[in-house]
Order: sequence, then structure tokens, then C-alpha cells
Amino acid sequence: MTFIPKIGVYICHCGINISATVDVRAVTEFAARLPGVMVARDYTYMCSDPGQALIKNDIQELGLNRVVVASCSPRMHEPTFRAAIAEVGLNPYCFEMANIREQCSWVHPNETATTLKAMQLVSSAVAKAARLEPLQVRQVSVTPAALVIGGGIAGLQAALDIAEAGFSVTLVERSSQLGGMVASLHRTFPSLQPVSELLNPLIERVANHPRIRLLLESEVVDVSGFVGNFQVQVRNRQSEKTLPVGAGAIVVATGFEVFDARRRPELGYGVYPQVITTLDFERLAASGQLGGNGAQPSSVVFIQCVGSRDRNLGNSYCSRTCCMVTARQAKLVREILPQAQVTVFYMDVRAYGKGFEEFYDSVRESGVLYRRGNPSEIIRQGDRLLVRAEDTLLGEAVQVEADLVVLAVGMMPRQEASAIAGLFKLSRSADGFFLEAHPKLRPVDTAIAGVYLAGCCQGPKDIAETVAQARAAAAAAMIPLMRGQVQVEAATAFVDEELCAGCGQCAQVCAFAALALHPVRGVMRVNPVLCQGCGACAVACPSGAINVHHFTFDQFMAQLEALAVDLPAPLALQAAEELTVEA
Amino acid sequence: MLQIDSRQFAQEHDLYACIQCGKCTGGCPLALKTRLNPRMIIYRLLVAGNGFNLEGRDELWDCTTCSTCYSRCPKQVNPMEAIIALRSAIVEKGRVHPNVKTALESTFRHGNPLTMPREDRAKWVGDLPVKLMSDGAEMLYFVGCSPSYDPRVQQVARAIVRLFQQGGVDFGILAEEESCCGSEVRRLGEAGLFEMIAEENQELFKGYGIARMFTTSPHCFNAFKHDYPGNGLQVQHYTQVLADLVERRQIEFGRKFEKTVTYHDPCYLGKHNGVFDEPRVALRGIPGVKLVEMDRSRQKSLCCEGGGGRMWLEGTNPGTRLAQWRVQEALDTGAEILATACPFCLLTLEEAVKHLNVEDRLRVMDIAEIAAQAL
Repeated sequence: MTFIPKIGVYICHCGINISATVDVRAVTEFAARLPGVMVARDYTYMCSDPGQALIKNDIQELGLNRVVVASCSPRMHEPTFRAAIAEVGLNPYCFEMANIREQCSWVHPNETATTLKAMQLVSSAVAKAARLEPLQVRQVSVTPAALVIGGGIAGLQAALDIAEAGFSVTLVERSSQLGGMVASLHRTFPSLQPVSELLNPLIERVANHPRIRLLLESEVVDVSGFVGNFQVQVRNRQSEKTLPVGAGAIVVATGFEVFDARRRPELGYGVYPQVITTLDFERLAASGQLGGNGAQPSSVVFIQCVGSRDRNLGNSYCSRTCCMVTARQAKLVREILPQAQVTVFYMDVRAYGKGFEEFYDSVRESGVLYRRGNPSEIIRQGDRLLVRAEDTLLGEAVQVEADLVVLAVGMMPRQEASAIAGLFKLSRSADGFFLEAHPKLRPVDTAIAGVYLAGCCQGPKDIAETVAQARAAAAAAMIPLMRGQVQVEAATAFVDEELCAGCGQCAQVCAFAALALHPVRGVMRVNPVLCQGCGACAVACPSGAINVHHFTFDQFMAQLEALAVDLPAPLALQAAEELTVEA
Repeated sequence: MLQIDSRQFAQEHDLYACIQCGKCTGGCPLALKTRLNPRMIIYRLLVAGNGFNLEGRDELWDCTTCSTCYSRCPKQVNPMEAIIALRSAIVEKGRVHPNVKTALESTFRHGNPLTMPREDRAKWVGDLPVKLMSDGAEMLYFVGCSPSYDPRVQQVARAIVRLFQQGGVDFGILAEEESCCGSEVRRLGEAGLFEMIAEENQELFKGYGIARMFTTSPHCFNAFKHDYPGNGLQVQHYTQVLADLVERRQIEFGRKFEKTVTYHDPCYLGKHNGVFDEPRVALRGIPGVKLVEMDRSRQKSLCCEGGGGRMWLEGTNPGTRLAQWRVQEALDTGAEILATACPFCLLTLEEAVKHLNVEDRLRVMDIAEIAAQAL
């Protein structure tokens, strides 16, 4: 039986958001005459309850089988209208939206051409609607366990939260110890609390938790599956044995590495023993060696932004923590060596966090001298060092003698990050850190459903921010775990096995590892649970064997053709003339 | 009035990227003794609005174009190139120092800034059997102006010829046909003359089908490598060729040069082009040489003050020549020989040795001369 489309078209005024520049009545009349359209109506707010009732009523009364709403962006209200038509028994994928607000009324003046464009967009949406197919949304059950990669403070906190909520957690850590980078710090800012006081109890709780399994000296070597059901292979480096781990959600908390100060050779790190990094300083401070024995330094210079905010090194970003780390260390030097001159060379002091500015005040008031300018080089002067800089507030080149120079080294993405990114198909931002799904609205999600980010693997952070993100990632990871089932996108790719040659070019461009060669039939197969429907494979396929449900070539072509031919001729001509005059 | 459109200038030179950190000025070897302050120049240009007056900005001529500022800048701003462009704006208005004028005119007329006649350009060869490019040769030896005319630097050119002939390098020279590379012309702000020189040289090279060349001077090396537009030439500094010969044991050294040597990195070889290792490889390969390093070596090397046209003019405040500090640093290492690989460095350092009256303790030599002595 041939399918006969019965399309209803609904044009929204959006108050006056659309109707101020688009002649809504004209668009409605135009839509009513399009092929396959049974009814066309306009209304003040299509998304309102009466607006939705209008659509639902027509579906029931007129037996509509496809619906087009011309209003705002589908990001705004597609879910609303899909839910509405599903209520009266129509498949939610039998719905198409024409964006005549963001893409038309908001950006064009009140002229005929604007109405014409709205007509074109509607005509295009109707052409697609006639070819839409119902699709089935599927549900899969979830493995009620999480995998956390990285045993630093982010991984510890995320693992603990998920375990406390009642799920079992596997925590994988490369090294033989928990605590990560934070374990090598002496005190925190701005409270000056010893790090061990906050880290040790956390480690203890994780290590003794009945629902947390610790895999130390281990790393993830393979990942397959999808949100709700990941299968992960974890190899122990000592035994070289591989353990399979099942997880419904994964938190990546692989941390950062410290900038290697030797990459700025003019600062003499590794050449002059008196030049140390902020991390070296922590060790000295923790072991009480600062000015404890031997000659006490009478001039200590701190240098900010070493390896950060530096395009030359490819590290354009600010490492965020160094300003306060330096402030804390400078204050400590003032306390331990009250006779010493303490100078901090800075470009900008970024004291943005809670209590940071007040702490910075207290550091300056303790007698630490802040000089604006970033030192260019350090040279030897007898037994001492000479820090060469410009004091930019004086506008003078200066040379400051020093017995100890502390370089505030920044954070870098870990070398191994590329391996993790490869395994999980994670995107990385230009700075090399893992990329979140949305900088504001999805800060702990990745482009891969079920994989979440916590801590400095996503970008430089201090301890408080890291813990906050870890707890957010844990909460996000628990959404699929608690629901017990996950919905999978129905608009996925599918392969025409008649056309597929099994060349695998689609698999190379797939960011979600959703394509694989069928071992027997020699054609590519799409894993519909992994597929996110992005369409990259369809573009890459040299034989046109791949289509994406809900975005097929047929549907696209119909949309394009509608844009090209379905113009009311006199109106088109008139608009074209106007445009020419304007140009 | 020497007014320039500062807003456009700032945009063209990406000065808006500057965060005023002062690394350029902090590392500038001149900033401690003259009025030159690269950061401040950038800042003044930025805040000047639409017009910046270059009148009285004599410190622009202090810059030796050593490129320390650019190599330190975290935002990839190039204060040195901005200064060269500001010089160009001054030169364009005809405000040129008389000495500079003579050098520029001489380059235009005679193909060298030293006011020497063109027909004398190959006199340095003397009785050495050197091929001409017209005889056919694999590589061009681009000798350069100072090595062609300056009696002291001529010895370096002769040493290179002896070394490379022993090493079996097939090279030829252009003799009287060779003209200045234009490096200093460009850095003195004569952009127009530089363009003309570059065009003529490229024609000449094309005529001989030259694909590979090496130079005596890091300044010529740098100009051919970076300043000539898309020439497709494979350019090396002679120390790179020498290091390769030494490593492949192509040169048979018959004698030992048993001296403690310290090496001064020329700016146009090191900071500008990252050639730090090859000169050291060459030196270590010479039998008997004991190489010691000064504190300021490689990326931290202290400019001798010979670049950027400074061979032809003093800046605003001559003070103690940087070369004198440099000689003192060399003496501190206990070295007997201060080696370098640049004609300008050779001349300025040698003058400093004389000025400090330490000729009995320290000798300035080019690497080629040291190697040739061990043949």
C-alpha cells in the first residue's frame, strides 16, 4: 500500500517575535497549497497548551500522519512537540520543524523577502515531512557499576560519592599510591591547612570502602560497549594480567603533569641549583629544609607564569593555581626567613576565588614585595644569581640578586592523555586538555554518552574546583546508573549492504567507534547504541552506502529541491529586485 | 614631523597581542645602558591613538636586532621587527644618519656597505685555487662583504676554503659578481633598497642554477633563509657544513690545537636560527680543543652589539660596549681562545680585547681559523 502523507502545518507568531517581520497569514495560505498538506493554521504561541491542543485535535480529527511546526529552533521546542504528537499516538519522528525565528524573523528586516524566506523554509520542511519514517526509540538496561580512572583527589572523590550512593566502583590508578599530585603538596591556600589533613582521611575512606575495588599500578588498555554497558580491560603492570571490568558509566580523572621548566632554558632550571620550581619548594617546605641548614638565603625571588600564558610553548592558557601557590609560598618564606627579601615578579595577580584576594592582601602585608614584570632571564653572579627583568611600573630594566629563585610552573595535559583520548574517543581542546560537551551547560560530560570528566584532565583547577567537578561528575554518572535503563538515539546511521564494499573509511571518521566490519559478510555494520547520528560516515562513504535515519539523502534532496523550485514566481521576482537594489 | 599611523602599525605588527610583561625589555642587552625599552615603545604606540611621532626617538637606532626580545615574548610579538619597521618609517622621510647614508649609498653603487670597489671583491682569494660558479660547482660559497674586504675577516674566508677543499666539498664563488646580501640594509630601515638587492641576487643565483649554498656570515645566512621571498634555496651556515664534515671524519686533522676554547654564540646563528649545536660539534671535533662554556651561552648568549647596522653607527649612549662585558665573561672561564662564527662578532670582540688590553690572555678566533690551524 502506498503511503499517502497527510501533513498538518502550524505557523507560530511567537507573540510578535515572528509576526513583526513575517506575514504569518501569507505563509499559512502558502503552506495550505503545498503538496500533501491537509491543513495549515497559525497561532500566537504554538508551544502553549492551546497551541499544542490544536495540533493534537487535528491529528485525531483529520487523521494527520505528519506534522510540521514553523516556529523557533528545534533545540528549543522539538522535544515539546514530539511529546505532544506522541500523546495522541503519532510516532515522535513523524515531526519536522522549520526555524522561522532564529533563522528568519530575528535576523531580517520587515520586508517581503523575509516572508518569502519563511515560506521557503516551510516548504522545505513540508517536503521532508512527506518522506519522514517512524523510528523506534529503544531502551537498554544498565550495569549498576562505575569505573573511575585516576586516583588523584578528583578520582578519589568521584569514586567515594558513587560508592556512597550504593553502586560498586572500580578505581584504576597507574601508580602504586593514591593521592595524585595533591599528595606532593605541603599546604593548601588560602587556609594554609596541611594537605595531609584533608587527603589522608579521603584516601582511607576510599581504600576501606566495601563497594570500591582498587586496582593500583594498573591502566585501561581497551574499551568497548556504550553508555550503560561498557566493557573495559584493565591491565596490571606488575603481573601483566588483564582484568575485564563492566561499567555503566565512566569517570575520567587522569589529572595533569607539571610544566618542564627546562623548556625555558633562559631561566636556568636544571643548570643553577638555586633555581627550583614551586613543586620542589613544596618538598623542601615539607621536609623543613627551607633555610634550616647551611647558608640561609637573604633574597628569594618568585617568578610567575612559567610555562603558562605562553603561546611560544603552545600553552596559551592560564594555569589558575600558580598565583595563589606563589603567594602562599612567599608568605611561608617570610615566616621562616624573616630577614630575607622576598620578591614576586608577576604579570597579573589572579586572586579570583573565595578568600583569595584577602589572602593576597595578607601576603603583601606580611612584607612580600610584588613587582610587575616577568623576568626574561637568570644569569650567574658569583655564588648568587641575577634575575633580569623589567619593572614595568618603573619602566626600567632591573637586575635583582637572588639566592633562591622559585619558578611557578604551570599545568600541562598529561603525555598519556592522547592514549586515553584514543581509547575513549575523547575530544581535546586546543590546549590539549579533554574537551567537555559544553563549556557552560555540560561541563562534566564528554561527547561520548556515559563518559564524564573530573579534575585537571579537563583543564587547570585548584583543589576546591577539582573536588566540586568530581562530585558533579559523580552525580552525572549516577543518572544512568540510577535510572537502570538508557534510551538510545533512533536517528542513527544504517548501511545498505548491497552498496557497501567494506572499505572502512566510515570507521576512520567515526568519533564514537560505532562502525565495524562484519566478519563474515565483509560489509560495515553500525552499532545503533553507539551511533550518535552525526552523519560523518555517510559523507565519508565513497559508494553512498550509508544513510542516517531521519536525515536520509532522499529527505535532504527533497528539502533542497523545495528550496529551489517551490517559490511563488511573482513574489520571488519582486524580492529579487529589492535585494538587487539593496546590494 | 615624523608621524606614523600608529593604529595601523600596531595592527600590522600584532602589537595588540602584547601583555606588557616586560620580558623583551628585561632580556634586552641594551636596555640597561641606553634609553631603549621595547615594551615601552609598543605601549606608547598602542596608546598613541592614530598618530605617533617618531621625532627624537633616537633610541630606535640602539637596537642590535639580536632577537632576544622576540625569543622571550610569550605572545609571539616581535618587538625587533617593529623597531626595524619604525626605522624604515624614519628612513623613508630621508632622516638618515650620515654614516648610514654612506653605507647605504655604497651598497647601492658598489654592492658593499664598506665603500670598497667592486673589482676588488675577490682579492682575498690571492693564490688559493678557488673555482668560480661559472666553472660549474655543486654549492655556492657566498663569501659576504666583510670577509671579502676586511683584512682580518679575509683570513676566515681563506680558512673556510682550505678546510672545505680538504673535506672534498664541491663549491664555487661568484667573485666580482657577488653583491651584498642586504641584511644590514634591511635592518637599517632601507626596505626599498633591500628589495632591489634581493631581486638582483635572486636573478644572479637563478642564472647559475644555484640550489645550495653556504655563507661565512650568520647575517647573510639569515637573510637568504628568512628575508628573501620564497627563493627555494637550501642555505647553510658554514659551521653546519663543517660540523657534518667533522662528524663524518671527512677532514683529516694533522695537528692538534691544544687550547682551552670558549664559544660565543652569534645572535643570527643562535637566537635567530637555533643553530647552537653544530658550531660546538665542529669545535669538539678539532683535536686538542678543550671547550668550556660561559654562563651566558646558547639562548642566553650576550649580543656583541655588531648587528642591526650597529657596525655603522653608535646609539644614544655608547657606554661600555657589550663586547667588553663579553670578553670579561670569556676571561672568567679561564679560556685562552674566544671562538665565534660571525665576522661582526669577530671584529667587535677583537676590538674589545684590545680595548681591555688583554691580548696576552685572550685571542679571538673564528671556528674556521681554529680548524684550519689543525690541518
